[in-house]
Amino acid sequence: MSAAAQTPAQAPLLRARGAHIGPDWRSALFTAPFLLIFLGLLVYPLFWGMWISLQEYDMFDKSAIFAALKNYVALASDPIFLGSVRNTFLFVLLTVPAFVVIGLALALALNRQGRTAAVLRAVYFGTSVLSVTIVTIIWKVMYLPGRGLISVVLSLFGLAPIAFISSSSLALPAVAITTVWWIIGLPMMLFLAALQQIPAELYEAAVLDNASRWRTLWSITLPSITRTFVVVTIYEIVAQFQLFGQALLLTQGGPNNASRPIVLFIYETGFRDWNLGLAAAASEILFLLMALAAMLQYFATRRAEAR
Amino acid sequence: MAFSQAIAGRGVGDRVILAAVIACAALWVLPIAWVVLLSFKPNSELMMSTASAFRAPYTVKNYTDVAATSGVPHWFANSIIVAGSATLVTLIVASLAGYGFARTEFPFKRTLFVIVLLGLAVPEQAVIIARHQLFTDWKLHNTYLALILPSLSNPFGVFLMTQFFRAIPRDIDEAAMLDNASRFKTFWRVLLPLTIPAQATLGIITFLFYWNDYLWPLISATRPEMFTLTVGIASTQTNFAQSEGLGFLMAQAVLAGLPVFIFYLFFQRYIVQAVAGAAVR
Repeated sequence: MSAAAQTPAQAPLLRARGAHIGPDWRSALFTAPFLLIFLGLLVYPLFWGMWISLQEYDMFDKSAIFAALKNYVALASDPIFLGSVRNTFLFVLLTVPAFVVIGLALALALNRQGRTAAVLRAVYFGTSVLSVTIVTIIWKVMYLPGRGLISVVLSLFGLAPIAFISSSSLALPAVAITTVWWIIGLPMMLFLAALQQIPAELYEAAVLDNASRWRTLWSITLPSITRTFVVVTIYEIVAQFQLFGQALLLTQGGPNNASRPIVLFIYETGFRDWNLGLAAAASEILFLLMALAAMLQYFATRRAEAR
Repeated sequence: MAFSQAIAGRGVGDRVILAAVIACAALWVLPIAWVVLLSFKPNSELMMSTASAFRAPYTVKNYTDVAATSGVPHWFANSIIVAGSATLVTLIVASLAGYGFARTEFPFKRTLFVIVLLGLAVPEQAVIIARHQLFTDWKLHNTYLALILPSLSNPFGVFLMTQFFRAIPRDIDEAAMLDNASRFKTFWRVLLPLTIPAQATLGIITFLFYWNDYLWPLISATRPEMFTLTVGIASTQTNFAQSEGLGFLMAQAVLAGLPVFIFYLFFQRYIVQAVAGAAVR
């Protein structure tokens, strides 16, 4: 039934109840609660944060004076901040390829029916629901030199314990391993969903052509999931840029700042040293980096879709 | 699924792959098993060596100690209050806004919607310092409200609900409005029941997000009695290597992780769909 089918007798009644289809300021009431929270707690702090990044804060009486770009200049020559940028990029480089390759491998192996595969999928995804606190506790007692499981297993083979957390070359990889263990389930599930969208006819044709399994994988399966490939990669880049809890709880950013990511720098500068201006400037730089990644996502998915 | 056989085949190669994935899954579970085993060992024994974790004697003393002395029960209650009420409020606010953006017309609607969509690209870290100042000015830190409010501003739920309302055929609400139902009644009685799958998705994601959230509760709740479970457990794990109560800490971790794990076992299918669906949007 369409609006045009109303009988003339009904129309005035409808208008009296305020239920007509056209524009009406009262309709804005539906969106008002959200918009209020959105403007107050996201838009306003976003711009205020930019303003704070231009202030120099006194750490003792918490007064602020306008300092233009002083904080940004300070960051550009701050070895700890620059180190945190380097660590963040390194961490993204360590984890994102692992998420894509292991996620895809698991998806290919577990894309089958039956109880075994269902249980295995549940196992690999299950760790994702744990909080970062639990995950880091688990991995602390894995890495613990002497008393951790890895040390215990190494000692069975007569090998010396490895001090993952206190080694500046192993701390960040240890955080990366923990992270991959924690949330490998998501890329796996995204790849599984994509694999199940591939039309069965394509595979039937491959069977008729007597194509080998490798050939089927390279010529049918992988080309069909290009879009998911791009989505997973960029989603993980954006997500791993925000590394925080694992680094804080496993390594405290150490040793020698070897595993301090940008967000941990922001947290420590802002909420431990109370240097709000500098912390805000660092958060704007992080925002910029992530916005670039998001833009990349937008254009890359559009290109993948156009194909 | 014919094609899964086409990939997986049934030959020797396939069995090898399956065996490898099973072996890998055992490795995946191993860290959790290790923690569970440690949690049942006497602390004094773990001081010397943890290698005995694989054999008796086991004890439940660590668990009774946690129940009696640690903050876990209280933090657990805090997490339930925060995640539960935040989920409820998110569902209400996002449903109203989703309906508003999908079905009504009002001045500047399109502009506002574009701004809301742009909000999706703003990471928490870009607003957290000003937000913290704001809550300081309002004297709201160390309250439940401070733990619940900030993430309600995340546009994801509104985006999800708008998409969902748009997918419902317009005939349904037009028919209801011709029956003289008011706009709100149409929304509440006719359309809302149709959105239950989306409510479940959004509800699960929101609950898990608040339950596991770490950064904001860490800086906002500074008094131990206002800690959520995530922050509380983190606060107990500082001096690990010298810890005399390793088994106790492990029991705490197991108790804290258990509820969400049980939740996962029961709602596994929905959780996987919800989380995977949310990521691709």
